[in-house]
Amino acid sequence: MRLLTGTLFALIVAAIVGLGTTYLALTRGAAFGALTIGSWTAWPKTGTADADPYARAAIARTGQLPIALGDGVSFTAQSDDNGKLLDGRCDVVLTGITPTARFWTLTLYNPDGELVANSINRFGFSSQEIVRHADGSFEIVATPRAQPGNWLPTGGVERYALVLRLYDTAVGVSTKAGREVPMPQVTTRSCP
Amino acid sequence: MIRWLLLLFGGALLGGVVHLATIIILPRTATQDAFARLEKIAPINTVTALPAPKPTGATMPFMDPAFASAVCRYDLTEGPLKLTVPVSLAYTSISFYTRHDVAYYAINDRAAGRRVIELELMTPEQHNQMPEDEDITAADRLIVESPTINGLIAIRALAPEPGLMPMAQNAIANAKCVRQELSAASR
Repeated sequence: MRLLTGTLFALIVAAIVGLGTTYLALTRGAAFGALTIGSWTAWPKTGTADADPYARAAIARTGQLPIALGDGVSFTAQSDDNGKLLDGRCDVVLTGITPTARFWTLTLYNPDGELVANSINRFGFSSQEIVRHADGSFEIVATPRAQPGNWLPTGGVERYALVLRLYDTAVGVSTKAGREVPMPQVTTRSCP
Repeated sequence: MIRWLLLLFGGALLGGVVHLATIIILPRTATQDAFARLEKIAPINTVTALPAPKPTGATMPFMDPAFASAVCRYDLTEGPLKLTVPVSLAYTSISFYTRHDVAYYAINDRAAGRRVIELELMTPEQHNQMPEDEDITAADRLIVESPTINGLIAIRALAPEPGLMPMAQNAIANAKCVRQELSAASR
């Protein structure tokens, strides 16, 4: 009896630890080789044949086709520069410039990777659509209320993620975070 | 007490094994991965245009709405494929994925450097069967080796403004992926 309860106990611990860590690794995005700049994170290696088992499992779970490294790099932000999760009811401002790339697109998704419905059917910006300051920097405001300038409607959702994709860029596996890769700053300006 | 601690420790170790095993097995058992989603709508060895992602639904999560995209789900058992993609005005890219959605190769219009990107996709065995001199003389022939028999080719054209989307879709609509006889490929 002691042996049975002991074995059972060990097996239950194994199941909880094993499946729990797998779930956490896949939902939190644990793959090796993350490139984090400010609040933006990219996994350039996920877009190559060298993708590690964690990246492969995450791809299979979400059902997306990762952007190949020869095509571009995709940066995701789920929180602002202070670590506050992006809230669709607040005014979130993106300011600055992007790393060198032929084109880039910025898209707003809900946590499941779906586009967020809004009145003007704008789901993001491309580098050609944006209104810039004289020095080439830009400011994008993500908020549910209409704004002049670059307005990215959030549809008032509670949580969202911003994905900045750089196409035909030098940013890649060997890139180190730092001055060479300037990413836009993300700040929550005000919350109702 | 010590007995229970030992059991807890043993269980945690076993849990580590379970964790690694599930991570490695997961891609093989996933029923909702990109390949499975596309299997339903994309016939084999044909270019299929994908509907633009909408808030009400998309073929796959995290699709870029600024792109017109198409896929060719390939099967190389009966011979290599020839892929022809006309380049759109802004930016066109072709990415190759294995059966388990791992990107192993990608090329864009600038890297290809011409108006129409032409590629041949084959398995390493089919590549080895090609006559050797052929390989050297045809330096401008782009040959891609697929690590798996099955896989996906994603063809994507950027519409820098929403108004340019029909143009990007037109470029994609003229893309072709055609199966080639091995003998014809090496003639």
